[in-house]
Amino acid sequence: MMDPITLSLKVALIAVCIDFVFGLAIARSMARKEFVGKNIIESIIILPMVLPPTVLGYGMLILLGKRGGLGQMLMEQFGIQIIFTWWAAALASAVVSFPLMYQSAKAAFASVDIFLEQAARTLGTGEMRIFLTITLPLAWPGILAGLVLAFARALGEFGATLMVAGNIPGKTQTIPLAIYSAVETGDDELAKTLVLTITILSFAAVFFLNRWSKKKVQVWRKGSEAHVESRNI
Amino acid sequence: MNRYWKSIATVLAVLMLLLLPLAGGVSAAGNKVIIKVSAAISLKDALAAIKEAYARKEPGVGLQLNLASSGLLQKQIEEGAPVDLFISAGISQMDELALKGLLIPQTRSDLLGGELVLIVTREKRTLIKGFADLSKGAFSFTIGQPETVPVGKYAKETLLSMKLWEKLANRIVFAKDARQVLTYVDSGNVDAGLVYRSDVVGLRGAVVAAVAPKDSHSPIVYPMAAIIPGKNLDVTRKFMDFLKSPEAARIFSKYSFVPLQKNVAVKSRY
Repeated sequence: MMDPITLSLKVALIAVCIDFVFGLAIARSMARKEFVGKNIIESIIILPMVLPPTVLGYGMLILLGKRGGLGQMLMEQFGIQIIFTWWAAALASAVVSFPLMYQSAKAAFASVDIFLEQAARTLGTGEMRIFLTITLPLAWPGILAGLVLAFARALGEFGATLMVAGNIPGKTQTIPLAIYSAVETGDDELAKTLVLTITILSFAAVFFLNRWSKKKVQVWRKGSEAHVESRNI
Repeated sequence: MNRYWKSIATVLAVLMLLLLPLAGGVSAAGNKVIIKVSAAISLKDALAAIKEAYARKEPGVGLQLNLASSGLLQKQIEEGAPVDLFISAGISQMDELALKGLLIPQTRSDLLGGELVLIVTREKRTLIKGFADLSKGAFSFTIGQPETVPVGKYAKETLLSMKLWEKLANRIVFAKDARQVLTYVDSGNVDAGLVYRSDVVGLRGAVVAAVAPKDSHSPIVYPMAAIIPGKNLDVTRKFMDFLKSPEAARIFSKYSFVPLQKNVAVKSRY
């Protein structure tokens, strides 16, 4: 059993972790490349942001359900059922919040001075090292902003979550689902408490991470500039 | 530079911390038999009480409740969501699942009945004392969307049978569910509306003025049935028997539902 607040935090954090890994990987590979069909792929990536969550949820339900392609494969190969577990909630939140992470990360990567990477390359630095020591630190503020937004969006996810994870108290009932339950059954007091809780949580998340990232930006800007200067000498 | 690595490490540490309990969490469900129940959200409080009572009676069996609108629950079952027992707020959702062969026919029965009541906003309660006063007293009226919301369908039937539909037609505000009907009237924005009696909890700005006669609408029924493949069917059946017991009936009555004892299903009229 898990109360809605803890569960919401867990779901949102896992969702953001998924967004972080995939968002970084895809944004990095898309930021500096031009190829035929790039526009189409990017539009698909942004789609979850503009589609109604219930549409996404229905799509995921069809895909992940026992009769859907992916759900069937997972069931037969590994005996895993995702529908009606909190993993489904995390996945739904991750999908819905992914565009926020991706857009921020892409913009951040694109803003990194390409000459710095090339300079490192001429000095024989490996691609992975370039990414970890030059590109990522310089893009980090933008990536952080993406993380904040994705987290806040994941915390408030309702439509897709209700579809694929169900509204199971103690198992998949996140704060938004608990609010829905409370409102539907006329439990105004509980609804108000939860509305206040999620508002404070979201506000705190955005506020503190914003403040944190602003501080970091200054420190890193200085740090990386010094680093680059020392290399240039 | 150091700070940058530190924050990367923080992100990784958080990830690890989060993933640790997951590994254990999956298998922690234990040896309890779990009945997965998908039920109409209007039954939330009643089923919470039922769950408690059943936990005392059968400590080895756990109930997992999934609560949403009947239409959504139906879709989830159609897509193969793991469900043992479905309790619907409408007959049509159950019929569709039956048509698709997704429920175990011999387990289907009608669990609960309901009543339709006329609620009136406080300011109008002296003016509207029953259905007869509606055409004169109510300047605005609200019911659920008859095509999509079961309670709206029953409400329309009642209004039609009382010859009020024509008179009220251009004053009706259609709501997306019973809860919205209730909110409209309770907040004083609409003069009167028709909802289930079981939905009438904690009214502040409205009162129940009348009960719609039973023969003014088709029977309000909450059917239930076990869903295929019927894993742990014996356990599910035993729980279904409990739902029909006098003990469960007392709980349902407390939440203004009408327990139906007879073990037959109302035949659909479609």
